[in-house]
Amino acid sequence: MLYREAGQFKTTYVADQQIFPILQDRLFVLAVIVVAFAVVPLFATPYLYTEILIPFLILSLAAVGLNILVGYCGQVSLGTGGFMAVGAYAAYNLWLRVPEVNNLVVVFLFGGLVAAAVGILFGIPSLRIKGFYLAVATLASQFFLDWLFARVKWLTNYTPSGSVAVGDTSVFGWKIDTPVERYLFILGFVVVATLVAKNLVRGHIGRSWMAIRDMDIAAEIIGFRPLTTKLTAFAVSSFFVGIAGAMWAFLRLGAWEPLAFDINRSFQILFMVIIGGLGSLLGSFLGAAFIVLTPIVLNQLPGWLGISMSTALLSHLEFMVFGAMIVFFLIVEPHGLARLWAIAKEKLRLWPFPH
Amino acid sequence: MRLTKAALLGAAIVAAGLTAASGAQAQNEQFIPGLIYRTGAYAPNGIPFANGVADYYALVNERDGGINGVKILYEECDTGYATDRGVECYERLKNKGPTGAAYVNPLSTGITFALTEKAPVDKIPVISMGYGRSESRDGSVFQWNFPLLGTYWSAADIIMQHIALKEGGFDKLKGKKIVLVYHDSPYGKEPIALLEQRAKMHGFTFTPMPVTHPGVEQKATWLQIRQQRPDYVLLWGWGVMNSTSIKEAAAVGFPREKMFGVWWSGAEPDVRPAEGGGKGYHAAMLQHGAGQFAVHAELKKYLYDKGKGATKWDEVGEVLYNRGLVNAMLGVESIRTAMKKFGNKPMTGEQVRWGIEHLDLSAARLKELGFDGMLQPLKVSCSDHEGTRAGRVMQWDGAKWVVVSDWYQSDDKVLKPMVEAAAKKYAAEKKLPVRDCSKEM
Repeated sequence: MLYREAGQFKTTYVADQQIFPILQDRLFVLAVIVVAFAVVPLFATPYLYTEILIPFLILSLAAVGLNILVGYCGQVSLGTGGFMAVGAYAAYNLWLRVPEVNNLVVVFLFGGLVAAAVGILFGIPSLRIKGFYLAVATLASQFFLDWLFARVKWLTNYTPSGSVAVGDTSVFGWKIDTPVERYLFILGFVVVATLVAKNLVRGHIGRSWMAIRDMDIAAEIIGFRPLTTKLTAFAVSSFFVGIAGAMWAFLRLGAWEPLAFDINRSFQILFMVIIGGLGSLLGSFLGAAFIVLTPIVLNQLPGWLGISMSTALLSHLEFMVFGAMIVFFLIVEPHGLARLWAIAKEKLRLWPFPH
Repeated sequence: MRLTKAALLGAAIVAAGLTAASGAQAQNEQFIPGLIYRTGAYAPNGIPFANGVADYYALVNERDGGINGVKILYEECDTGYATDRGVECYERLKNKGPTGAAYVNPLSTGITFALTEKAPVDKIPVISMGYGRSESRDGSVFQWNFPLLGTYWSAADIIMQHIALKEGGFDKLKGKKIVLVYHDSPYGKEPIALLEQRAKMHGFTFTPMPVTHPGVEQKATWLQIRQQRPDYVLLWGWGVMNSTSIKEAAAVGFPREKMFGVWWSGAEPDVRPAEGGGKGYHAAMLQHGAGQFAVHAELKKYLYDKGKGATKWDEVGEVLYNRGLVNAMLGVESIRTAMKKFGNKPMTGEQVRWGIEHLDLSAARLKELGFDGMLQPLKVSCSDHEGTRAGRVMQWDGAKWVVVSDWYQSDDKVLKPMVEAAAKKYAAEKKLPVRDCSKEM
């Protein structure tokens, strides 16, 4: 009853083709953005920013990137961690060696562009191999990039420990130091990036990706060029993933070693995309929220309930319950949390009436 | 009907939990967070350490009623040796208690690197006893880092001095081959700088061989070692990597007498899994070794006889358990030093930082505390956040650790310039203000 578009007539093509044609959707998304920018900074604690909101936002950007590649274009990739590392180290090297560019926006975009170039390079095998075999090829890219950042000393500025650190970070003259400032900056970046991604997947490029995903031979026959389509998918995906990697390094960690972007990071983002929902931008956000928040909540839940247990038991339980939840969600809805959200919206059309 | 009952029960539990949690907030307690790990690939070494720390704080509470009357509130958080979980635990615990966290012991060089960035902002000192950044010894740059008792450069230097002594002098090292099998992380890479410096000075060939985390894949590394036949192998591992290295060394027939581990690769969980294979393996000692000393008698009297110990009695006195005791003791004594200046109340991180920087443990004081025979006297200062640079070497005889050397002092003629150069480089990169230690006292 609440979620009906009855009475909402569109009189222009622009109005009809907008991202959120239903008024309730537009209002809801607008409300979420307003709350995120204006209301959250009034109530949030530094812990909420640094441990919950910032990791969630950065990893959801990485999940958006990976969803473009895996969900929209159907190219399974296990190299996400490596591409994040490329973005992070490219941004670090620009920040370090060209101190005149003291602007995080430029630094991050540069990281994204270098990651896009590397993504294209490692996407070339996708023209010959598909599915799980491509996953193995991208796995090779992950390990190669792991090795590259551990062994090529120039990239880590010859630090003896291989660990690099960034110092003062500023954007257009404003210093970004406190958790609130970091959160707002990342939020702005993620909102803009998601808008760009949404428009890409709704347009010609996105449709070509989906055509390749659904049946690549048929797509090739009707005129989509597999080379450009797949490589643009890799490029755009790696661009977002590279920016996410640079943000993770600069604004979340501050000091990092190559292990921060190892195979576990790749798996983590792939799981976000799978559990959130392949081929859905909302799914990237839902999956990121699930994977980032659930372990933290599970770890602190016994404390909140006043149940005291040894930290070892707590850690083990956390793993077990988290795994069980993943299995549960995948059984209940294999298409991911985004599908559950879509079903909820469908039911909302009738609610509170039974039929 | 059943649903409402369950809902009411759930609400009651949550309410009880919330009220219970808030009730535990006492006003005259010193909160100390414990970033330890009891799970994960590094758990075999993390568990005895965590037990040692927990036991010492419990002992101070039971025997002395706290530090000058202020009881210790200790809370553990399992980091699993993962940097991001370590940072999350730190953020979660740093503001607990009436004055926030007194200090933090990350027990991981990776987490130490990450917290080095956060500590000056949050004003919480990081005690990285025997690990962390080697250049953080320089307190003029690293105001909030305290690598007490030794850094990796000191450790590597002590091992090299022992090897030189066995060979008959540093000049006899010319032409020898020394291999470093290291954990491919900031922890493992730390000693490379010093070993390369020594290799240049004395003319031996130094080959670093990395092992990827978690360190169970070492067959390739040890086959290389079998081919190259180095004279000595230094082991810079942690967790399961150590036991795997010793087992692999036994498998390829590399004499364990020629293997030297740093203090993080020289404990019972590292040598016991290899059964007979660990016999002859050497390890550097972070001053203390295994065994029971005066403080252990106190532990028995106040904790274990009353059933309040963190572990079983036969594990008390192991190398890493003792390390936990020492770590906790240094923290408690720093708080006590701070209380002498600021009063007998819960200390803030800044006050504890002052306390650590003015920590002065004489031989008499160590004897009072029950650590006589485990540690040498140490004195921390602004320019020297290490406090002391001494160590010994011990050897596993198949059943226990036996001290096989005298006390060594790491060579400051080699180390001090390296520390100062690295600290300056860090300060320049991060555009940090450098304190003038000669002005501060």
